[in-house]
Amino acid sequence: MASINYPLENTGVGQRTEHSVLQILYRWIATTDHKKLGLMYIICMLLYFVISGLMAVAIRIQLAIPNNHFVSPQTFNQLFTMHGTTMVFLVGMPMVAGLGNYVVPLMIGARDMAFPRLNAFGFWAFFFGGILLYSSYAFGSVPDVGWFGYAPLTSKTFSPGASTDFWVLGVLVAGFGTIASAINVVATTVSMRCPGMTLRRMPMFVWVMLIDALLILLIFPPLAAAQSMLMIDRLAGANFFNANAGGNVLLWQHIFWIFGHPEVYVLIFPIFAIMSEVVPVFSRKPIFGKPAMVAAIVMIFFIGSGVWAHHMFTVGLSSLSNTFFATATMLVGIPTGIKIFNWTATMYGGKIRFATPMLFACGFLFQFLVAGLTGIMLATAPFDWQLHHTYFVVGHFHFTLIGGLVFGLFAGIYYWYPKATGKMFSETIGRLHFWIFMIGFNVTFIPMHFAGFLGMPRRVYTYLPGHGLETWNLISTWGVAIQIVGILLFVVNVIWGLWKGPKAGDDPWDAWTLEWATTSPPPEYNFEKIPVVRSGRPLWDLKHPEDPDWKFE
Amino acid sequence: MSIARDWHLPDRGTIGILSLIFTESILFLMFVVAYIVYSGQSKTGPFPNDVLSIPILATICLLSSSLTIVLAENSLKKGNLANFKLWWIATIALGLEFLMATAAEWRHLINDEHLTITTNLFGTTYYSLVGLHATHVIVGMIFLIIVLLATLFGRNIVRQERRVKFLSWYWHFVDTVWVVVFTVVYVIGR
Repeated sequence: MASINYPLENTGVGQRTEHSVLQILYRWIATTDHKKLGLMYIICMLLYFVISGLMAVAIRIQLAIPNNHFVSPQTFNQLFTMHGTTMVFLVGMPMVAGLGNYVVPLMIGARDMAFPRLNAFGFWAFFFGGILLYSSYAFGSVPDVGWFGYAPLTSKTFSPGASTDFWVLGVLVAGFGTIASAINVVATTVSMRCPGMTLRRMPMFVWVMLIDALLILLIFPPLAAAQSMLMIDRLAGANFFNANAGGNVLLWQHIFWIFGHPEVYVLIFPIFAIMSEVVPVFSRKPIFGKPAMVAAIVMIFFIGSGVWAHHMFTVGLSSLSNTFFATATMLVGIPTGIKIFNWTATMYGGKIRFATPMLFACGFLFQFLVAGLTGIMLATAPFDWQLHHTYFVVGHFHFTLIGGLVFGLFAGIYYWYPKATGKMFSETIGRLHFWIFMIGFNVTFIPMHFAGFLGMPRRVYTYLPGHGLETWNLISTWGVAIQIVGILLFVVNVIWGLWKGPKAGDDPWDAWTLEWATTSPPPEYNFEKIPVVRSGRPLWDLKHPEDPDWKFE
Repeated sequence: MSIARDWHLPDRGTIGILSLIFTESILFLMFVVAYIVYSGQSKTGPFPNDVLSIPILATICLLSSSLTIVLAENSLKKGNLANFKLWWIATIALGLEFLMATAAEWRHLINDEHLTITTNLFGTTYYSLVGLHATHVIVGMIFLIIVLLATLFGRNIVRQERRVKFLSWYWHFVDTVWVVVFTVVYVIGR
């Protein structure tokens, strides 16, 4: 180790300087650099997040009071379809790819991903898939079949025109990009790790992203198969989901949820990955029980792939299947519990710094726990019969996807913002963002559980007064207004940081993984000398040569 | 710095092609499952029993092309470029024969038996599954031909031995899938 000192030398040789706007634009469009592609994913993700969020705002205004006519019923169907589809495929998936792209090679001490050009292909497939989906607005036929597009609603008979075709093609093309980027992450983590980084020493973040990429390889082909079958049905007149010819519409539900359920793990794994970096660094302790954490994520991979029919309890499967899928679903609670327990145990006895990323990480812990508990409730088949397709389900999955995913994502964005930009955001605005967004989120989504209990169905245009739904709906809508303030603060913070933020330095959080060893932002080649690691916390070893981790491993 | 010197990880190409084969297998699995679920469910004819005949020649061609591509690879490893070209062209010819047999079968089914993708569930699942496989054969053929052209135009293919190996793995995968498709469509499904 003698030849590597901290901080790593970086002479800046080979750094390009760009002059004209066109040159800069060209460098970004033609790039195969994992950091540029990662940032492009994240920027697109944030744009779609705002668009899709505005759709949710319109939905909430429509539902604020009974018998409202803020939007037309047709528009309402388009809104919830595009909101769901965008959030899953154009916000969630670029988040997975963006984080994987930006962080993984830096963390494993590599200069780029394994296949840089394939990486660029993945991004552009995602990009044009999104454009394809949204070009439906230009053609005036916007998808309105819901984000899981149940057959036979999607058939030519019930969904004439091109709207569903836009949905099928957009999702399909974006899905190819996802598969490309997943192959890249697997090859990168397996083949590109710097000398000394054994699987045991690989950071938890990289471990989780590896399992996440394998899960994508497992479940995106079923999505492609389902969408291809639907496309063949619609464009070539085939009979996959045509009941008149003997086709079974349940086949769609099965194949779609074989993709669709593990998909929620694909989306939440990167957040688990972020948590496993943010919590230890801000608790000043190594992560508690790393092997158990890896085992837990692998368990979720396997169990989570066999629980899809819990989305189908109400279609009338046999009691045996219902029992199997209910039990399997509850089993997922065990590894997830291990993870929550280990993050808490990491914090226990630590010297916790409640900086903005840590605040969001704590918010994640509490809210994701609630989401898990309502998940266990819904896993009980008879309970699900009562509440299926109500706002209770909407409340449940928004707790996982906003209370869990978005909060964890903000933790990650704030954590790596100094690395990617070289600037520090405002801690004050960050804290304000956390508290206001946290309050707004809970005010919006806690009432949905109660509205659901009272029988408020999801995806209905409006509801009648006098069923006790008015108050809950109105509170939900007001909560959205608070959330908007939170999101605006985030935007202000990002812009303020870029514009006026103080220099961040290489390692503002005093962290232990390799991305903090290089400059902020990292040079195009990441590391001038490929680092050599001897423990799971290579940067700790470099900073504390008198007390290195490898002595104790 | 012995850590750096003794550091060996698997070839990224190997991992990449294995990942691709894994994910493609799942895609085929879905279409195979759809075929099995819908076999015998067609409400109107023609039924597989009446119109399908076992494509023995095509199967022999495709399976033996796996052998010729291995022979080609071995020749390349030994640096015997003439033999490499020979076996490579043989592989392409066998693949072409398979595709032509499929085309003839489809033509027979469409023109004589009046079975199209819209006719019934059998038509829907048959053309999708066999078509998906044929598409993969065509993609494989395109890459085989690219390698052939590169060789004929004097590119140093010996240096590309690694990539040739990955292409041959893909080709083996396509052949293996055919074994499954053959079993499901022409043996069990009939």
